[in-house]
Amino acid sequence: MSHDSHGGTKQIWVVFWILLALTTVEVALGIFKPVSYEVLKWTFIILTLVKAYYIVAYFMHVKHETKGFAWTLALPTFILIPYLLFILLTEASELI
Amino acid sequence: MASQATTESVWRGGVNPFKASYGKMMMWFFLLTDALTFSGFLGAYGFSRFKYAETWPLAENVFTHFPGVHGDQPLLYVALMTFILIMSSVTMVLAVHHGKNMDTKKVAWWMGLTVLGGVIFIGSQAWEWMHFIHGTAEGALHLADGNIAKIIAAGTEVMGQTYNYDVLRLGAEKFITDPLTIATLSEGAEHVYGANMIVNEYGLPQFANFFFFITGFHGFHVFTGVLLNMIVFINVLFGTYEKRGHYEMVEKVGLYWHFVDLVWVFVFTFFYLV
Repeated sequence: MSHDSHGGTKQIWVVFWILLALTTVEVALGIFKPVSYEVLKWTFIILTLVKAYYIVAYFMHVKHETKGFAWTLALPTFILIPYLLFILLTEASELI
Repeated sequence: MASQATTESVWRGGVNPFKASYGKMMMWFFLLTDALTFSGFLGAYGFSRFKYAETWPLAENVFTHFPGVHGDQPLLYVALMTFILIMSSVTMVLAVHHGKNMDTKKVAWWMGLTVLGGVIFIGSQAWEWMHFIHGTAEGALHLADGNIAKIIAAGTEVMGQTYNYDVLRLGAEKFITDPLTIATLSEGAEHVYGANMIVNEYGLPQFANFFFFITGFHGFHVFTGVLLNMIVFINVLFGTYEKRGHYEMVEKVGLYWHFVDLVWVFVFTFFYLV
């Protein structure tokens, strides 16, 4: 296997530092709470999705799979999970 | 004739769709279903958390221990656990990388470290569970109306005021300061310590139920992951993949291991931060 097509170990460590930095930011925000809860909540969710992207794209190699395969995995995730959360968080709260 | 032979081999699985092998693709589809399962759990948690927002215990007030350090250390221990899991994800991806270059020694080294990281993580989780189950020395009051209240000692500042008697706190920030209400609620109230599936000194029992269920289900995934990693590690040592000519098994088990890390990233956010 050629070295370039999968990237060297350097890229792995770059992703590691990104994940570590984002986690540190999350923990610092969680301890010091510099902004309102509503802003914090969405910041946490966005940072988590960014972390998830790096894990899936680089550690799980989806970035190096064919486009078709990546979409086969992405579409059910992006359709079913928001749908499930919508049912649980919006529809179910109507019953209270 | 040639085209017939090709068709036949397609039906017999002779062709890899998306250039991904059968095993790798099936691992991915399993992980997709598993992602939906965890989404259901975390979604249900979110529903209860916001339904009972007023009295829901906040994880940062519950998990405040750090080994060897006294006093409240919110989030630090779970941040350390997150770091350990990210680290073992890195060692795993390095093992996969060296597997592609057929470098047995390096694969063995990084696989070994991955197993070690997983074992440390499970140990940390056990420690966290132990503290949660044992609870605090002062415990809490199981009130006459069924609620759980922490006793705030007289003289402590509560919402900008101090009282010369003990007041009660429900959840994270709901205070009961009226002396008559306190007296009524405390009548026949029992002291409770720690958390289990029925009663939870930090507040609603649902919090403990979700904690045991979600981190337990995730911990079970970590446990299976460690077992799979051990099997692969032993196979690497025996040269099984060297003989096979490729290290794809390391890659497939690696996908599962990264998924465990991925789920933890979400559990960390939705259980401990939000």
